[in-house]
Parts: sequence; structure tokens; C-alpha cells
Amino acid sequence: MRILLGFIGTVFAGVLLLSMFSNLGTYFSNPPAALASDTLHEEPKALALSSDGPFGKFDKAQLQRGFQVYSEVCSACHSLKLASFRDLKGLGYNDAEIKKIAADWKTEVPSINPDTGEPATRKALPSDTFPTPFANETAARAANNNALPPDLTLITKAREGGAAYVYSILTGYQNQSAEVLKKFPDAKTPPNLHYNPYFANLNLAMPPPLHGGDVTFADGTPNTLQQEAKDVAAFLVWTGEPNLENRHAAGLAVAVFLLFASILAFLAYKQIWAVAKHPAGPVVAAAAPRAPAKTRSAKPKR
Amino acid sequence: MSFSWAKPYEPKHPAMKWLDERLPIPRLVYGATGPGYPVPRNLNFFWNFGVLAAIFLGIQIITGIVLAMHFYATTDGAFNSVNQLIMRDVNAGWLLRYAHMNGASFFFLVTYIHIFRGLYYGSYKPPRELVWMLGLVIYLLMMATGFMGYVLPWGQMSYWGAQVITGFFSAFPIVGEPIRIWLLGGYAPDQAALTRFFSLHYLLPFVIAAVVILHIWALHIPGSGNPTGVDVKDEKDTLPFHPFYTAKDGWFAAVVLLVYALVTFYAPNYLGHPDNYIPANPLATPAHIVPEWYFWPFYAILRSFTIGFILPAKLWGVLAMFGSILLLFFLPWLDKSPVRSGNYRPVFKRFFWLLVIDVIILGYVGGAPLNWWRTALGQAASAYYFLHFLVILPLVSAFETPDPLPNSITDSVLHGETAEAAPAGKRRASRGSVATAG
Repeated sequence: MRILLGFIGTVFAGVLLLSMFSNLGTYFSNPPAALASDTLHEEPKALALSSDGPFGKFDKAQLQRGFQVYSEVCSACHSLKLASFRDLKGLGYNDAEIKKIAADWKTEVPSINPDTGEPATRKALPSDTFPTPFANETAARAANNNALPPDLTLITKAREGGAAYVYSILTGYQNQSAEVLKKFPDAKTPPNLHYNPYFANLNLAMPPPLHGGDVTFADGTPNTLQQEAKDVAAFLVWTGEPNLENRHAAGLAVAVFLLFASILAFLAYKQIWAVAKHPAGPVVAAAAPRAPAKTRSAKPKR
Repeated sequence: MSFSWAKPYEPKHPAMKWLDERLPIPRLVYGATGPGYPVPRNLNFFWNFGVLAAIFLGIQIITGIVLAMHFYATTDGAFNSVNQLIMRDVNAGWLLRYAHMNGASFFFLVTYIHIFRGLYYGSYKPPRELVWMLGLVIYLLMMATGFMGYVLPWGQMSYWGAQVITGFFSAFPIVGEPIRIWLLGGYAPDQAALTRFFSLHYLLPFVIAAVVILHIWALHIPGSGNPTGVDVKDEKDTLPFHPFYTAKDGWFAAVVLLVYALVTFYAPNYLGHPDNYIPANPLATPAHIVPEWYFWPFYAILRSFTIGFILPAKLWGVLAMFGSILLLFFLPWLDKSPVRSGNYRPVFKRFFWLLVIDVIILGYVGGAPLNWWRTALGQAASAYYFLHFLVILPLVSAFETPDPLPNSITDSVLHGETAEAAPAGKRRASRGSVATAG
């Protein structure tokens, strides 16, 4: 059986090495051309938010500003399906304010006419999730040049780079330099798309949504492009992870508890094992009765 | 159970006496994890990981049962029930879910360390072959459970992972495609697949728990192995499981749980893939489909077969991937060296560490996007994996000269202090008789 298994192993290894040499041969005889998307794609810019790190907490004023950017700009195309108006309490709004935000929301909630049963719409309530800007995917694509604006609730968890990715996309639109176009003539951005090196395939269907000055912040924060992008990125961290502060606080409590528990358990372990290690202990004493002086330092091999 | 000096259970409290006479559960527990189970006194920290795996199985079952109370196993509802209901509205739902997600990773992590412990210290050798094989059965069940659990949130990676993994079966000629359709209950992952995966994901952990009982039962017949691989000879070689090893397992478990808590609370999505926060879309394939990290080495082996040679490349890949786990069942007969512990096998030891590096390389290649050098590296590493187990290990065990073994466990514990006093010839004479594995 060992010979049979050895043969099987050699065959597997042989086919693998054959694959390897064939691949390497192809690579060196016919090296693949560099792809524009590999060369020009850029990693997200650095972005620091107050919610970062193990002790991070949300900056509620910033979240409210981000919410303002979302509701005045992004929500024209992007849904926030998983979040409810009542969740806005986490941003520091009170019940009356939330009720007003829901009732004033620009899209109404699908409903039925209570008298006729015909389809109708009604004003949103705090218990509703944010109404979607388009009735369905077909409507969304029809209004957006066949591109589908993704739902934003979990966007910071659904993209490599998280909030920094969102910030980089919003601030990363640029014109293609002549140098780049000369090197990669095929990489020219097609009509109706927009060049953005922070996007995976470089060409984004979404036109630059923020330019600076798109909203007026009530707290007087300057409404530059960077500020707006940063605030909305912070808001989208919150939509994706509304329990972040709870999580950080609970984590600290659990870690402190487990640290104490492990120290106590370690001391208990030391005390219990002292019997087994100590020459006066019943077991080792029996094992080496003639050399008590030497076995004092004896420890079980780790 | 195993040694004559094992302490028998003597109930003190009348209630326990009453129970013991009618249903000897206290006796069973006492003999299995209490003072009635003598354990070699020289176990190192690698012997803590079996208990840790049991702890994580418990965590998975408890968090999983509560999560199942809030989960909707429908293609329309699954993603939202996880990401909206559980993560936002269920009390501490986020904690349950993150604990379950990362609990799976830690379960695999401690199990991998447990398996490599077994590989290094020859835990698969006689008389513990069945312990090893039952352990592999547990591992296979874990892989099935882990895979099906990853499908349940019905995100992009869930969907496409299910597509790719059930697609393995279509590599087999003639019967492959009907098997795939039968497994999925359709031509592609859909409602039928999701519901059955949920049902099996709930069932299999209890099957795992049952096989764990068999695994421990089989272990307790010869008793635990130890880092020297030398058999227990008398009472002074052992310590009762309780309180000695309950104390040792206890504090080590607290430390590992601390690490687990730090990941769960502060980097809960680090080990996951962002694409699984995008709802499943059968019309959009993710740029890089990758499984969870604990499958990466096998995924690398699968992807390494790039040319057809007699058989199509895909069939080679699937055969090799299943073969890479199945060959571990033959390990007791591939490695015939009578010396169990790698500590006394100088040649084996070097190849063992080479295997560890090899598997880490496979894991890296399996998780990263492919390019020319990663493909070549993965192919070389996969080739070594098969050569290691099927060619090198049998040869090493046939030709290697092992180092001298200690006389007994107690000798090794005393750092050779009694051995110094013993005549040199005595040590050598004991080789083979004490340490032979069968």
C-alpha cells in the first residue's frame, strides 16, 4: 500500500511540476503586458476618523453633517435600505426631530389608499427604513445610464479600505494625464464614465457627486469637498456599524475581565502544580527520594 | 479508565451516591475529566488545544442556536435578517454574530494547532490510530459546517463560494453534473440550496459533538500521549487530570479567549471578506472569489493544476484537493517509525518544519489573487505537500536513526538528573522497548 500511495503522490507532484514549468515557460517566452488597471489603480488615501481604534467614539456633530450630505446629495440616487429613521437617535436627534425628518423626507413610503385599496404613498414614520430613491432596479438603471447606484448602508464594510475608500472615491476624480493616455491608449475613459484611480476598474459611472459648497452646514463648518467627503464617510461608518461604541465599550469590559481571570487562573495553576513540582510533594518525592536538593529546581519539561 | 492506579469514584454526598447507583453519570465525568483520569505529567502547552477546540465548539453551538432564532433562511430574507435584524435590532445581536463569525475562525485555528501537534508528536501512531482518524472525521465535518455557515448570510462570497464548491463535483465525468444538481436542488445555488444548507449547518455541529465523544473515548483507552512519546510506565509518570490539567487548561483557555475577544470586539471583520457585505447577485461575479482563510491551503492546491494531463486540469485539482485531506487517514501506515515524538527524530523534525512552512505558503497563495509567481509558488508548494506525506515520510521513517529516548516520562521531567546518575548503557538499552509504537 505504501508503494501505491507513494506512486500516487509522485504522480500528483509530477503533474504539478509539469504545470509549473509550463506556466513559467509561457510567462518567460510570452510575458503578459502590464494592465492599465494594475498600474494606475491607487490604494485609498489615509483617513483618520474619531471612530477609529479600540477606544474610538463617533463625533455626533460630524455624523449629523454627514447625514446632511447624504440627505441633500447622495440620497438622490443611493438607498439606505437597512437603516431606519428611528436609528437617527444615535446621531443625537430627539424623537420630535426624527419624526420631522421622516415626515419631510423627499420620497414617500409605498402604501395603499385606506378607502379604495389602490396603491398609494404616505409620509414616512420613524419606524420606517429610509425610502429608496427608485422603485426598483430597472427604474434605477433607467435613470442612471444603465448603472446601478449601490445601497450605502453597509458600503464601508463592503469595500476594501472602508471609510477611506469612500473618501478617496469622492475626492479622487481627476482628468487623465496625456502621459497616461500615451502609455495606455486603451485606458481612455469611455463617454459617460468618469476617471477615478481609486475605483477598481478606473472608470466610474457616477459623475463627481461633490464639488465643495454642495451643502451649508448649520454649525458653520467649512463646506469644502474634503470636509463633505470626510463627514459623509464618517456617517457611512455609522450606518454600517451603529453599535460600534457599544462594541468598543463591551470589548474593554470583556478584555479586562478575561485579563483578571487569566491572572487568577494562572496563580491557581502555579499553586496547584507546586505540589507536583516541589520535592516535598507526594509524587516527585516518591520519584527521587535520594536527591531532594537537586529536585528542588526540577520542573516539568515544557 | 486506562491505568490500574486511576482513582475510582467514591461519592460522598448521599444525593450523588443515590444518583451514581442509578445512573453513573458522575462516575463517567469523574473518570473522563476528573481525578479518575491519569495524564502524563510532562504535557506541554500544545496539549491544551484539544480542550480549546471543545470550548470553541461550545461557543459556536450556543451562539448559533440563538442566531438561528433570528435568521430567515430565504434568498430574499437571509441577507437582511443577518445585516439588519441581527446586527441592528436584536439585543446584542451584533455580539452574537461577531462571536459566531470569529468563533469559527478560532475553532479552525486551535484545531490546526491541535492537528500539527499530532503530526509532530506522532499522535497518529499505534495504539492511537483511531483517535487520529476520528479527529480527521471531526475536521471534515467542521469543513462542511464552516462552508455551509458561510453561505447562510447570502452575500456575494456566500453565493459564489457555494457555486464554486458545489462545482467541484461537476469535474467528475458523467455522474458529476447530476450530483451537483442533486446537492444544490437546482442548477445554481438558490432557495433549495439555502434551506438545506441551513438545516445541515444546524445538524452537523451536533454530529461533531458526537464524534468528539468518540474521539475522547478512543483517546482514554491508551491514555494521552506526551512530548517524549515514551509510554507511561507507572503512577509517578502521571498526574490526575483534575486538578492539574483542569488548572493548566483553565488559565490557557482564559488567555486564548482574551485574544478571541480582542478580535471579536476590535477587528470583527478582519478575517472576513468585504464582498460578503454585498447581497448575493447571481449576475455579477466578484473579481476574486476566495473562501474563508481556513480553506486557503486547499484552495491553492485546487487552483495549482493548470494543465490537463490525461485527465482534465479541473479533475486533477479536485482529486488532489480531496486527496490532500484523505491521505492523512493513511498516516499511521505511511510513517512506520517506532519513535513517536519528533523531538527524537532529527531528520523527521526538519521535514516537519518544512511542511509547516509549506502549508503557510499554500495558505498565502490560496488567499491572494493569482499572478505568475504566486501560481508557480503554489504549484511547487502543492507538489511538496504530496511528496512530504506520500514519499518523504515513508522513506524517512525507514532510514532515519532516532536519538536516544529517555528511560521514562519521570526521567525526562527531571531534566536527566536521575539519568546522569544512571549508567550510560542503561539509557540506550531502553530504546525500542519503551518507545516502540507498536
